[in-house]
Amino acid sequence: MSAIITLSLLAILLLYLGLFKAKAALLPVSLLGLVATLVMYGTDWAKDAEPRYNGMVLFDQYAVAFSILCVGVTALVLLLSKNYFDKASTHVAEYYALILFSLTGALLVVSFHNLAMLFIGMEIMSVALYILAGIRKKDFASNEAALKYFLMGAFSTGFLLFGIALLYGATGSFDLAAIKSHVVDNPHGVSPLFHGGILLLIVGLAFKVGAAPFHFWTPDVYDGAPILITTFMSTVVKTAAFAGFLRLFAFCFVPLQDFWMPVLLVITIVTLFVGNITAIVQQSFKRMLAYSSISHAGYMLFAIVAIGATSAESILVYAGAYSLASVVAFGSLILVKRATGSDHFEAFNGLAKKNPYLALAITVAMLSLAGIPLTAGFVGKFMMFSGVLADYQVLLVILAAVNAAMGIFYYFRVIVAMYFRPLDRDQIAVAGEYRVVLIVAVLITLVLGVYPAWVAGLL
Amino acid sequence: MDNLFILLLLPVLGALVLAFVRQAKTAKQLALLLSLVTLACTIPFWVGFVPDASMQFEQRFAWIPALGIHFHIGIDGISLPLVLLTNGLIPLIILAAFNYDYKGGFYALVLFMQAGLLLVFTALDAFAFYVGWEVALIPIYFICALWGGENRIRVTLKFFIYTFLGSLFMLVAIIYLHLQVPSGDYALASFYQLALDSGTQRWIFWAFFLAFAIKMPIFPFHTWQPDTYTEAPTAGTMLLAGIMLKMGVYGVIRWLIPVAPLGFAAYGQLALVLCVIGVVYASIIAFRQQDVKRLVAYSSIAHVGLIGAGVFAWNVQGVQGAIIQMVNHGINVVGLFFVLDIVIRRLGTRELAAMGGIAKPAPALAVMFLILVMGAVGLPLTNGFIGEFLLLLGIYEYGIWYAAFGGLTLILGAVYMLRLYQNSMLGDVNAQTAVFPDVKGTEWAVLTILVVLVVGIGVYPKSLLDVSEAAVTDLIDKVNLINK
Repeated sequence: MSAIITLSLLAILLLYLGLFKAKAALLPVSLLGLVATLVMYGTDWAKDAEPRYNGMVLFDQYAVAFSILCVGVTALVLLLSKNYFDKASTHVAEYYALILFSLTGALLVVSFHNLAMLFIGMEIMSVALYILAGIRKKDFASNEAALKYFLMGAFSTGFLLFGIALLYGATGSFDLAAIKSHVVDNPHGVSPLFHGGILLLIVGLAFKVGAAPFHFWTPDVYDGAPILITTFMSTVVKTAAFAGFLRLFAFCFVPLQDFWMPVLLVITIVTLFVGNITAIVQQSFKRMLAYSSISHAGYMLFAIVAIGATSAESILVYAGAYSLASVVAFGSLILVKRATGSDHFEAFNGLAKKNPYLALAITVAMLSLAGIPLTAGFVGKFMMFSGVLADYQVLLVILAAVNAAMGIFYYFRVIVAMYFRPLDRDQIAVAGEYRVVLIVAVLITLVLGVYPAWVAGLL
Repeated sequence: MDNLFILLLLPVLGALVLAFVRQAKTAKQLALLLSLVTLACTIPFWVGFVPDASMQFEQRFAWIPALGIHFHIGIDGISLPLVLLTNGLIPLIILAAFNYDYKGGFYALVLFMQAGLLLVFTALDAFAFYVGWEVALIPIYFICALWGGENRIRVTLKFFIYTFLGSLFMLVAIIYLHLQVPSGDYALASFYQLALDSGTQRWIFWAFFLAFAIKMPIFPFHTWQPDTYTEAPTAGTMLLAGIMLKMGVYGVIRWLIPVAPLGFAAYGQLALVLCVIGVVYASIIAFRQQDVKRLVAYSSIAHVGLIGAGVFAWNVQGVQGAIIQMVNHGINVVGLFFVLDIVIRRLGTRELAAMGGIAKPAPALAVMFLILVMGAVGLPLTNGFIGEFLLLLGIYEYGIWYAAFGGLTLILGAVYMLRLYQNSMLGDVNAQTAVFPDVKGTEWAVLTILVVLVVGIGVYPKSLLDVSEAAVTDLIDKVNLINK
């Protein structure tokens, strides 16, 4: 809990720094704060944690692992943001503060033990993002993204809240332990109210993670928002939303799996295909990543469809791999867009000649997203496939395999552009912070891919 | 010196070093040196190998203990010939590329691929096998797409997606089998002991079969192959045809049939028929080709079809023939593509019609080409003979009609190969071929080594056959015991 308090105070401190025009201090202070948060979480790693603050939050290993992932990725995103918003906004401190507020919400979502806390976490996370998506006040696309995100987000929050209310009506409690014992005590007799609540929660959460058919906001918002905000949304926010999703279902609804599993199965299959097929026809790298994030949501839903002992680890590894690869992809996109002014695939033509290491980093990220062995993305996919097969969902895995092959089409388009389509271009200068982020992300991706033992047995 | 893990690590380290070499001349010499070191380190395995059915030089490390995954490798009589083939051909392929100025990155990819191939041929853990399988694919994709011909982008992407899709089905089957293993691991031995019901084994058979059939390739999964072989740079074609397609055959022998024996009992005949169709079909198409590279590409489908048929016949002669023919085909096809590379480089065309009469200005090339062609056709006293003989014997035992159609490969093979030889080497010279320079420099070295191997194995094939006999007999007995 100290970590969450630290983060909230840190964000307010950043606002004050902005007030006193201490622009140069923003990044170091926020990074320092994030490192402090990481240390606090690190010391929290305990086998048997108890719910705290009247059962509001539970910092078990699951929560701590996902929190560390979220904080770490946020640190990478912040590193990329040095100088990024100088042109976009005169109030850079707002940006840092809002990102940290959003992160605070994400941390609550991964560690909630009470449905009220889930709701509050989701809102803290999302409200900050509504502003962030529109942080380029003069930019049409950015404004459109913010408005769309806000409307859709508010809409989905309604579903979430309604679902929570129905669960409360059925069980008389917001507490996860109380809901769980209600389900266990009445294996056959839970009221229709409860079933309705589960369905509404699925809809609300599917909105938040961007699963089809509730995904329509994703491409426009991801495309319209500034690239760094998109990075943050598609990594930290998505990870947190999935962690919350799984936490709720693994904790409370496992005995009712027969009821909700078919619903989620259909959502998963639709998500996979919608994301993949639409990603294939995209011309813009950024939009392709947006659609591919939908299909990745489909893969991550596997862990919830086939809920079991390894679900938590698979989502952790998958979300980690996906986040790292996304950071690399979006980070490089910023560099390329700065140099060429375009985020289309053609903007990458001939990159490998002038920037071989940047091209290599992008290649590793794409291979990881495509799920090729010796990258973290493969380990994530492998664990997802194993979990689903253990549940005997053979058809789902075969469909997923077909989708994974389709993914090669669009991920390799960047590689093809960089390596095989020659173009005379200037070398792109890669700033020091970008180097650090790319190297760290690529190294972790490879190390996780070659020797995943140190996370595979973590949870 | 017989640490198998280090043998697998050597090419990876070599690749890491080579990746940073910018100068073309240093790169090729260093690459040759590194590949020769790997070859030298292979010799202790050959010398120390005891020709019985046991698994030797075994090593097993925990890889991902939480998921039951181990890095488990070893060599037996079936894998040793392929390990020797891989490590023997890589230096030759590097030497064959000396006429081009590739930077270090090219050789790094070749060596990286070598590591993947070695892992495939030695893996005793299904996860490790799959990793090797994919690791071999990435470098060859880049080799073909970076240094290939005009249509390389479309063709190589098709190749990649095609093979990747096939291997994903294999991955699904591997995970499924793992979940049935009581001890919860991915070991080959555990997979062998699984006695799944026939219905399950049937779809396991198809999942593995798709991956292997695409890789080999067996008709009708071959559509990626001629384009890719034609568009790839010569070194890439050599890697693909010489070594990579053996991954598929090896997979059938080591994984497909013993892991799903009941599936094999149900569909083995169908697979064999597909192989035989491939032999006849590809031979006929090869005869019609004007593009010399395409011609050899189709001939490769025909040869591999016969090898596949021998494996699916699943008797000692057939499988033994397949193993020795895998080695032979590797040698022959690398030789043929190298000769074609010499010709294409000097004439600037792949069209058969533009060639002719090369034997006059270049007698040495013509003689060595002839020996290689003889080896490919399977003339006695060349290496191809013993392989095709054993293969046909094995197929004959399975069924006389299969052997009759499979045997067409000898006749048809002679027809299209001699047509290639005749139209390129013999006949009248034209303006370009009249001044055709004969072999020189490193070309001599490559061709001489290949010709010595063709004749050497042809005269004394026993050295190779003895290595694999015990292991093959043992494996066949195991499967046949289940099927009876």
